[in-house]
Amino acid sequence: MINRLTRNVLMTPFLIWAGLFIFIPLVYIIWFGVTDKAGNFSLDNMAMIFEKGFWNALTLSVWLAFVSTVVCLILAYPLCLILTERQRDNTTIISLLFILPLWMNSLLSTMAWQTILEGNGIINQFMRLFDLPALQMINTEGAIVVGMVYNYLPYMVLPLFITLSKIDRSILEAAHDLGANSWQTFYRVILPLSLPGAVSGITMVFIPALTTFVISAMLGGGKLLLIGNIIEQEFTFQYDWHLGCALSVILMIFIILNMLLTAAFDPIKEEEKD
Amino acid sequence: MKRELIHLENVGKSFGSLRVLDEVDLSIYESEFITLLGPSGCGKTTMLRIIGGFEMPDTGKVIFDGKDITKLPPNKRPINTVFQKYSLFSHMSVEENIAFGPNIAGKSSDYIKDKIKYALKLVNLEGYEKNDVTKLSGGQQQRIAIARAVVNEPKVLLLDEPLSALDLKLRRNMRRELVRINKETGITFIFVTHDQEEALSMSDRVVVMNQGYIQQVGTPENVYNEPENAFVADFIGDSNIIDGIMVRDKLVKIFGREYPCVDGGFPENCPVDVQIRPEDIILAAPHEGVFTGVVTRAVFWGMSYDINVEADGFEWLIQSTTARKVGEEVSLHVKPENIQIMSKPQSEDEEVAQND
Repeated sequence: MINRLTRNVLMTPFLIWAGLFIFIPLVYIIWFGVTDKAGNFSLDNMAMIFEKGFWNALTLSVWLAFVSTVVCLILAYPLCLILTERQRDNTTIISLLFILPLWMNSLLSTMAWQTILEGNGIINQFMRLFDLPALQMINTEGAIVVGMVYNYLPYMVLPLFITLSKIDRSILEAAHDLGANSWQTFYRVILPLSLPGAVSGITMVFIPALTTFVISAMLGGGKLLLIGNIIEQEFTFQYDWHLGCALSVILMIFIILNMLLTAAFDPIKEEEKD
Repeated sequence: MKRELIHLENVGKSFGSLRVLDEVDLSIYESEFITLLGPSGCGKTTMLRIIGGFEMPDTGKVIFDGKDITKLPPNKRPINTVFQKYSLFSHMSVEENIAFGPNIAGKSSDYIKDKIKYALKLVNLEGYEKNDVTKLSGGQQQRIAIARAVVNEPKVLLLDEPLSALDLKLRRNMRRELVRINKETGITFIFVTHDQEEALSMSDRVVVMNQGYIQQVGTPENVYNEPENAFVADFIGDSNIIDGIMVRDKLVKIFGREYPCVDGGFPENCPVDVQIRPEDIILAAPHEGVFTGVVTRAVFWGMSYDINVEADGFEWLIQSTTARKVGEEVSLHVKPENIQIMSKPQSEDEEVAQND
């Protein structure tokens, strides 16, 4: 057993870290968010979110993050089910392949998508080969969703794969034994048992998708602005730190809302309550 | 004669190069409690899984009630299973677990409610409907697993070492319960275990298996008292197994001495395995009995002593209620009816011996 004193001593570096690099910056952001340039308390910057441009960027961000999360979920479930089957046959190499994009620089992979989707890109060159009309793919919402899904899919696959592989095979056999076919086994047993994994996957995809500015800048071509791009502009071009911080705080509220919402559906939390 | 419910016909199964079941034939009758008994790796669990539909045999057929069900998936078979690890659905309450099967079958909610009550009463867990299955004890979880299976009114219940995770007292209790449920419901029980005590105390019939072969099928008394070969004799209970020669009917030669017995039907001077149970050996004063030797070890077990006696270069195991001291000279004596003569392994079983 670690006694109280050594525990406190061991905690100290982490407390200093948390104070210096998490707590103080957070206080600064909130402080900048609720003050104007003269340093007086003001909610004007916060209210700016209701300005048409900002509001549109926020709703578009939430919408695209939502769509990307749903797409990731739909892609990840069957993939993870196959992977868990495979894992039982000891071919883990495939699961490694799906983690591999995580090792690649996301900027690089997003640039790759640029070359694939752009007007003179790989897909359109291919279309031309068959005398088909060129497609407008780059600078669309679809392109941003493709970029988000590509970059964040591993974050959905990992937690889902872990929870699915923890489900004992005999549980599935029991369901089968009691008369359930494969589909009934999936939605009555596998789905509810894998929900905690899905919930953490949703959080891990939704939050970076909501705050990204790289993917939208590269695949949205500066025409489709997400809230992340606006915040970036406020800091790097407009030098309006107060507005930037206010928008960040609002984004944070949306993230907290999302986490509360997913926590409400988390069956593990449910168990701890009673 | 009871009605045959399941017939395994030449069932064979290999995993890779490992032969787990080798052309097994077995009849299982309606309402009986039959136990598949054998050491780990003998093929008993594979046989159970083939009956349940979880494994497909490489060769042979599974006949259920006259119909070939070899290729039928588990959810289409009138058979339910109680798994070794209980395998309850942890995200459901007790009643949701039990209702799983009837729900899938599309039964009415009134019917399901009645059935849950009946099933919980059957396993002595009335009033546990709303409980969380993960918070139940091992014994209770096992009972819920039984209730969840029985509620579907299967013709056959498969039990895969269901008592192995319970402690001794609970296990004894559950043995009685399982026999009671078998008699009360009339469901055929196919029980898999490596524990000979379980097999002997619960079953109507015992199937002794080793290395993918059925060694003997019979009532518990039958396999204990009249083992057909040295494996069965050795696996069930303790045994002294001695090489002997059947001089003629009712006369066997062991350690150079001719000894009367009650078995016959062997060719003259045929080599045989002779089995004598430790509890059947009577200790007497030196030279009063047939073999005289020295006590090498004596262990007290509560009800009796396990005594080792070395005589004629053979270490005899004897169970006796009277204590003997190590180094003491004693003689041994056996009643002719307690000598069991078994033929030496033949072709198929020789293969088995080679695999050992």
